[in-house]
Amino acid sequence: MTTATLDRTERLLRTGPDGPADPGLSTHLALHGPLAVPRRDDRDWSHAVWREMAASGLTGRGGGGFPAAAKWDAVTRSGRRPLVVVNAMEGEPASAKDRALLAWSPHLVLDGAEVVAALSGAREIVVCVADDRDSSARVVERALAERARAGGGRPVSVVRPPARYVTGEESALVSWLTRGDARPALRVDKSVPLQVRRRPVLLHNAETLAQVALIVRHGAAWFRELGTSEAPGSTLVTVSGAVRTPGVFEVELGTPVAELVARVDPTGPVAGILLGGYGGAWLDPAHASVAYAPGPLAAAGATLGVGIVVVLATSSCGIAETARIARYMAGESAGQCGPCVFGLPAMADDLELLAAGRGDPAVVGRLEQRCDAVMGRGACRHPDGVVRLVRSALTVFADDLRVHTAGHPCTGHAAPTVLRFPVAGASRAGAA
Amino acid sequence: MSRAATVQVRLRVDPVACDAFGFCAELLPERVTLDEWGYPIVDGRPVGPHLVDLAARAAAECPRRALHLERVAGTA
Ligand code: SF4
Ligand code: SF4
Repeated sequence: MTTATLDRTERLLRTGPDGPADPGLSTHLALHGPLAVPRRDDRDWSHAVWREMAASGLTGRGGGGFPAAAKWDAVTRSGRRPLVVVNAMEGEPASAKDRALLAWSPHLVLDGAEVVAALSGAREIVVCVADDRDSSARVVERALAERARAGGGRPVSVVRPPARYVTGEESALVSWLTRGDARPALRVDKSVPLQVRRRPVLLHNAETLAQVALIVRHGAAWFRELGTSEAPGSTLVTVSGAVRTPGVFEVELGTPVAELVARVDPTGPVAGILLGGYGGAWLDPAHASVAYAPGPLAAAGATLGVGIVVVLATSSCGIAETARIARYMAGESAGQCGPCVFGLPAMADDLELLAAGRGDPAVVGRLEQRCDAVMGRGACRHPDGVVRLVRSALTVFADDLRVHTAGHPCTGHAAPTVLRFPVAGASRAGAA
Repeated sequence: MSRAATVQVRLRVDPVACDAFGFCAELLPERVTLDEWGYPIVDGRPVGPHLVDLAARAAAECPRRALHLERVAGTA
């Protein structure tokens, strides 16, 4: 996968193919400038940084979109020293942004973790890299060794949870760190921070931390020079599918989706745009003028998620592709909750029938009912994401669906998939 | 906080613990139905006074301790 930057939004990805290809500490410092993070609790520094962070309006880039400063607030109120957890699991098969960020700017991520630790009084940092991402883990280890030689900093360890779709979910990661069981847990009150060894957990996506490292250096006003007032800054997206120049890009929030798609040069007329991830939503190309930002996307029934953009051409079948995703997501259930364990495979069955032209309108009705039945009934949001995706497919690909339910699979249903799926069995440790 | 009876209860199922025994739907069909796989779909609105005892019994008799009565601050 190639990586390029789009226009003038290269803040995070300044090394790599378009810049110096060296992720080392000296290049990092030359590009971004030095960063002084206090070793001990420093109230004045913390207050100043806190103010900038809150003013920046930075939101989490791991899919939740939660304001970063609010997370620190909840943890600090607990009065105990937290554990800072860097989430670089990137369990979404179509996402490559965290990998790209670690490959080219590991020090930016580690800087951000260091800042958050100093801010919250944490004495330890844990970086989570999936057990099938050896190259990412190596880059981080090398960066940590460089930092150790340069002196200073808090102890940082790299851990390798199993590479499963749901492992990156916050409660699953915490459960793995606590008991080695990477399955999500039911969280009744989300305002109460999760804990590892009686310490509240301050978990951030790798990109969020890289953004923190830049805001600390350049300030909130600088951060807000890009993006919209509600969604400030830039963000990383992974674009794939029927496009000539797929890759990881840094884009300004608020860029029209159509512009984003045009820049990666689709190979043909576009049938649908998958946004967010495999638990995201299809966007009708007719609505592609929508701004790429959480609010406008939500209004269009889509989501920013973890920055995944998959372009589907009219030569593919949206129903068949959605069936593949549903089958994959069914297999990635952590196997704990009935509606997820039984509902997702049943939804995949329906979609496969429809894709093959063997489902009549009654199957569509059953699928819609199953969507309603499954929504909101798991301990985590895994099934909800699949429901959102399936519902969007039924709307965006309604014309295809009419052809299919009349007994003819469309010409695209036999086309090879443009989606990425992990090789089965690459990592199957940990989860049931 | 002078008003009495402002505390209400509602039912919540823990989907990880639940094993589809279905006792809850038998005891409290007013509030619990089963999906096509036998797992309970629980009405999460506050439980009215006439159903509180039955709801408590359904929660107590769940073999997996998966059905919970939780307090909500009511506006009654
Ligand atoms: S909803 Fe699915 S993935 Fe989430 S905890 Fe339950 S079984 Fe696991
Ligand atoms: S009685 Fe308990 S285990 Fe059985 S269906 Fe109800 S909640 Fe689930």
